[in-house]
Amino acid sequence: MSKHHITTTINGDEVDFLCETSQTLLDVLRDELRLTGTKEGCATGDCGACSVTLDGVLVCSCLVLGVEAGGKKIETIEGMADGDKLHPLQRKFVEHVALQCGICTPGLLVAARSLLAKNPDPTEEEVRFGLAGNLCRCTGYQNVVEAVLDAAAEMRGA
Amino acid sequence: MRYEAPTSVEAAIELLASGKGNARALAGGTDVLVQMQLDVIEPELLVDIKNIAELRQIEKLDDGYHFGAAVTGVELMDHEDFCSTWPGVMDGVKLIGSLQVRGRATVAGNVCNASPAADSVPALIAAGAIATIAGPNGRRDIPVEDIGIGPGNTSLVTGEILVSFFLAKARPNSGGAYLRFTPRTEMDIAVVGVGIDLTLDDDGICTHARVALGAVAEKALLVEEAAATLIGTRVDEPALDNLAAAASAACRPIDDKRGTKEYRIEVAGVLARRAATTALNRAKSAGKK
Ligand code: FES
Ligand code: FES
Repeated sequence: MSKHHITTTINGDEVDFLCETSQTLLDVLRDELRLTGTKEGCATGDCGACSVTLDGVLVCSCLVLGVEAGGKKIETIEGMADGDKLHPLQRKFVEHVALQCGICTPGLLVAARSLLAKNPDPTEEEVRFGLAGNLCRCTGYQNVVEAVLDAAAEMRGA
Repeated sequence: MRYEAPTSVEAAIELLASGKGNARALAGGTDVLVQMQLDVIEPELLVDIKNIAELRQIEKLDDGYHFGAAVTGVELMDHEDFCSTWPGVMDGVKLIGSLQVRGRATVAGNVCNASPAADSVPALIAAGAIATIAGPNGRRDIPVEDIGIGPGNTSLVTGEILVSFFLAKARPNSGGAYLRFTPRTEMDIAVVGVGIDLTLDDDGICTHARVALGAVAEKALLVEEAAATLIGTRVDEPALDNLAAAASAACRPIDDKRGTKEYRIEVAGVLARRAATTALNRAKSAGKK
């Protein structure tokens, strides 16, 4: 059966790809487009490692089909830094040592950016609930939460 | 596997009916894609219903709220008036998966996936939600409690889809709440869930109540005996004791890794009390508005 020809916008660039019906957006990003910053932890929507935004909405890319992405605007971790200049969230993750193995980190960063876009001044509890869909087996979350709160303060100019 | 994205309900029904059981409707995909990933289902045709305009609307009409089967959890969460009108329904919706999952997942999918532990289902049943089902033989309206019939099974026949939900305009002095018990606060599956809606008269006497239980039977249960313990009372301590007993008595749960039978029966009573108390407080503050 012939593949679907899909046109989307990824991190601001128009992108074309071919995919099978059964390929998820995560499969397409990683295997077809070689955007391997987005990680696969579970492929069943449980871990958040594959988080991207789709028309501005935070989603698990493992729960979206490639064919469903036609005409949509997708933002991945690759679009977060401005060239060599890290996004404040990325910088604060490094400063606070908010990662160990790093597999959860792209998803956490994308989710944290989405959280701060909606709520620039979250409480610690709001950060914890906002990132509850992102599992991390290494850090125990404390440094992640601190990094997000610190980045939020910096981004508000506080 | 074929993929189709029709733009009308009629076209979707035709595709699904032609699939003879090997076609699946795809809304948020947060259950369908997982079941495909785990090889639980291997559909030959996916019918994406998200491009059907009628299924994407949230509308407040004179008779109440209507929302389409492809409306996501996040879209409802971002709808301020819906959230303040139906806080009990939203208690359930906000517990579906993670924020990422709710970015795609629909309430209709939560209902049609027919997990006995689905969080939005007891909340919808308590609120008296009616679903419009469309199929090869036209449309019919049924209460949400008549959709799930057992784990993974619904009363919908091949070719039928859930089109929209209707929540009749709430009576004055009404309030609802849904509570669940889980070992973790987020990203977990209900061990027990309880949804309660109630209405008070001007003297604070309960005139109407609906009580629904999740995760304690093969499907979410509407428990009229439990509702009856509240009607005619001030939802005071003795009434809450009776409610807890009636809720526990209605449970016919299984033992599994999340909880034993005895535990679920006990917790159903405890949660029913707490949900009724929250619903009561919401009904009182709705009356003050
Ligand atoms: S890989 Fe998508 S949620 Fe885990
Ligand atoms: S840093 Fe290893 S899973 Fe989060």
